[in-house]
Order: sequence, then C-alpha cells, then structure tokens
Amino acid sequence: MKKVISGNQAVSYAVFSAKPQVIAAYPITPQSAIVEMLATFCSTGDLHAKFINVESEHSAMAACIAASVTGARTFTATSSQGLALMHELLHYASGLRLPIVMANVNRALASPFNLKADLSDSLSQRDTGWLQFYCESGQEIFDTIIQAFRISEEALLPVMVNLEGFILSHTYEAVEIPEHNEIERFLPPPPPRECLDVEHPSMFGSTTDLYINFRYKMHQAMEKAERICQDADDQFRSAFNRGYGLVQAYRCEDADIVLLAAGTVASSCRVVADRYAKKGVKVGVLRIRLFRPLPKEPICQALRNGARLAVIDRDYSPGCGGILAQEVKAIFHDGNLKVPIYEFIAGLGGRDVNDEDIERIIEQTLKAKKPREITWIGLLK
Amino acid sequence: MKKGYGTKNLDELPLTAISFMTTETNQTGEWRSQRPILDSEKCNRCGLCWMYCPDQAIRPQENSFSISYEYCKGCGICATECPKGAIFLVAEER
Repeated sequence: MKKVISGNQAVSYAVFSAKPQVIAAYPITPQSAIVEMLATFCSTGDLHAKFINVESEHSAMAACIAASVTGARTFTATSSQGLALMHELLHYASGLRLPIVMANVNRALASPFNLKADLSDSLSQRDTGWLQFYCESGQEIFDTIIQAFRISEEALLPVMVNLEGFILSHTYEAVEIPEHNEIERFLPPPPPRECLDVEHPSMFGSTTDLYINFRYKMHQAMEKAERICQDADDQFRSAFNRGYGLVQAYRCEDADIVLLAAGTVASSCRVVADRYAKKGVKVGVLRIRLFRPLPKEPICQALRNGARLAVIDRDYSPGCGGILAQEVKAIFHDGNLKVPIYEFIAGLGGRDVNDEDIERIIEQTLKAKKPREITWIGLLK
Repeated sequence: MKKGYGTKNLDELPLTAISFMTTETNQTGEWRSQRPILDSEKCNRCGLCWMYCPDQAIRPQENSFSISYEYCKGCGICATECPKGAIFLVAEER
C-alpha cells in the first residue's frame, strides 16, 4: 500500500511492521513523533509490544539493553542531546552483542541550541560499536529500518538508522508499505541467541581477564557485518524490487570531480551534477549510506585514479575537520588510488546546502591547483 | 567470581562475557569507606533501614536487625532514614 507519510512516520510504520516486543523511549525534538505513533499502536493493541516510558534517554537505552538480553526484539529512537546522553550505554549494547535497532533523527548538538539537521550527533558516536546507516528519502528510511532488524539479528550488533531532522523527519513523501506477510518473509521472528535465563541466573558482561578477546570478537563481527548488510540489501531488492547498496555512485565512472556526502545533501548534488553534465563537465556523486562499518572497497571501486574528490561534511570534529573527510582520507592512505581530497564543511545546524553552494564547491575544486585548508560554506563575510 | 571459560580457543569463547554466578559472589563490602553501627538499645524495630537498604545488607533477626558487612557499601541511607538515630556512621579502618 502506498501512503503519503513523513520520515518519522516511515520509521514508525516500519517498526510496526517489524513487530518488536519492547520499545523504550524518551521524547526529543525532532524525533518525538516516532515514539508517539508507536505508543498509539501499542495502546490500541495493534502492536503487541511493551512500551516502557522512561525518565531519560540513558534509561531508555538501559531498558532496551535489559529487554534485549532476554531475547526480545527491541527498538528505541532519539536525537542529538538524547543520543549524547545515551553514549555510555551505547557501548554496553554493542559489547553485550545485542541486536537493538535505534532511529536517530539527526539534529545539531548544543551549544548554541539548535533543533535542525547536522550529522555530528551520530557521527561522533562512531566508536561505540553500532552499525550506522544514513538515509536519503522516506522510502529508504522505511526499508532501512526493516533491513536493520534483520542485519542486527544476524550480526549480533546494534544498528542505528539516521535521518536528518525536519529535512527528512517532517517531510511528507509517498512511501510504499508492503503487506505484513511480505515483510515477515524477509524478516522472520528473531532467531534464538544466548539469552538471560531465569532458571539459570547469570551475569552478562561481567569482569574478565579476557577483555581483549571479547573486543576482538566484536571487531570480527564488524568486519563480517559489511557482507551481511550487502546480502540483506540484495535480498531486500529481490523481495521488494528496491535496493540501495552500501554506497551509491552516480555518474562516477568517468567523472573528473566526485562530490562525496551522506544523507540528503547527496540529492541536491545529483541535481547539480545533471546540470553540469549538460555543460559537458563530468561531475559524479558518491553517497555514503553505510558509515559503520565503512565500506572501503565499494568507495574505492566507485572512484577512478586522478578524480578530484570534494567531501561535503554536514558535521564537524573540532580540531580536525569534517568526519567523512577524515574517514575517506584514511582509506586512500596506502596511495594505491590517487584521489586528491578537497574538504568542505556545509549545512551545520540545518543551514540549507543549496545549488549555489554546491556549484561553488565544484568551481573551487576544479580551479584549485591542489587541496588546501578546509572551506566553510555559509560564513558571514 | 568466575573469570575463566575453560578454553584457550578464541572461537569457543561466548560472544560476551557471561558468568554463571549471581552477584552474591560480589562482596561489595570491600568498597566501604564509612561503617554503619547499629545501637540495638535505641532501635524500635520499625524496619525502615531494611526497606531502604539498596544492597539488602540489613538482615532481619528474630527481635532486631543486623548489618551484613560483606555487602554493605557504607552509603549511609539506613542512618539517614532511622527515626530513632540508632544507626551512626564511623570511618572504616582496614
């Protein structure tokens, strides 16, 4: 069935279809509508899940962890400051190898106080052991949430699905919602795993001299997770005729300049790339959909030697620069692929990244003799 | 507390550290910097200390209460809640 719904509602409908057993959440703008809708589904009895009201995001994640340890399919949603407050527990969730799924509606971190889109909130959680997806449309949000449950239950790692605040969360689009039985064929009830058993009490995550071994097993799981994500997307495509890949390359094959971005900035980049193609300038767009684990091979495969890479970061790591730029520079460190990287910071705090901004990025990158310091787009004179 | 897994093989380790014992093996009394002392002459056996103790370290006896120093972390909630001032804290000496 096709419905015209917001990005937040796409999350709620997808979670509804995935039939979680426990949802624990605390409201925060611009996420609140997700859990309000899920709470309604629970109260009307349409969704047979335990909805736990908590007093903070820290408690929300604690409740999800406790529920997940018993084997329940578990979901929560948050944004920005809420995600930051969860930080400590994010490590517990991944260290305990729990398949928790969370939607994070990207919002700039204070201070100054801000409610609008910025990817720094989730990108700064990159070392917590969660898989991270970045969406671009309502349909992709719905589909990625469904995929996320399946991926997390196979990889036994938690998955965070990110969507930009207001730009995606409050924008209404037509979204195809498959029938429940179709979804259940792709996403069967959670497979059995090692769980808390009240008949045989045990402590999960207890003190051990073997700490480094458990961390290594997590590392192995993260390495395997990329394949699991690709397989899930392939099988989703054969079931529903839609798929996204781990990165999305557009006009990249013979491009002289490739714009790299995550989220909705990539959509605007493609429109501008088409315009440049008509002028005979080869501009490609590479969108990072999966950020953790970072799909290094697919990124390298999408680029050709010598192409100029302009990385547009809607995020910022003080003292270093754009987070995507750092990550991408590390991939090319071995020098096998010679791709000069031009760094841009744009759209922080929800500032629009419009056609003129992207044209300026392209023009500056084409004219530059070599990469120089980071360019900030949208500063006062 | 169980620390080994009876294996030297990485693949045979569980995904996360699981210990098949309960927190009873965790003698949290070692953390204590203040020791609660119960003056049973002042105690009216109301049981508030027993109800409020977060570590179940207050143990009901036939006609009074006793404090388990194996688990008491010395938080002092019992001393604050006692309406008769029958519990007081002294510095722990080890």
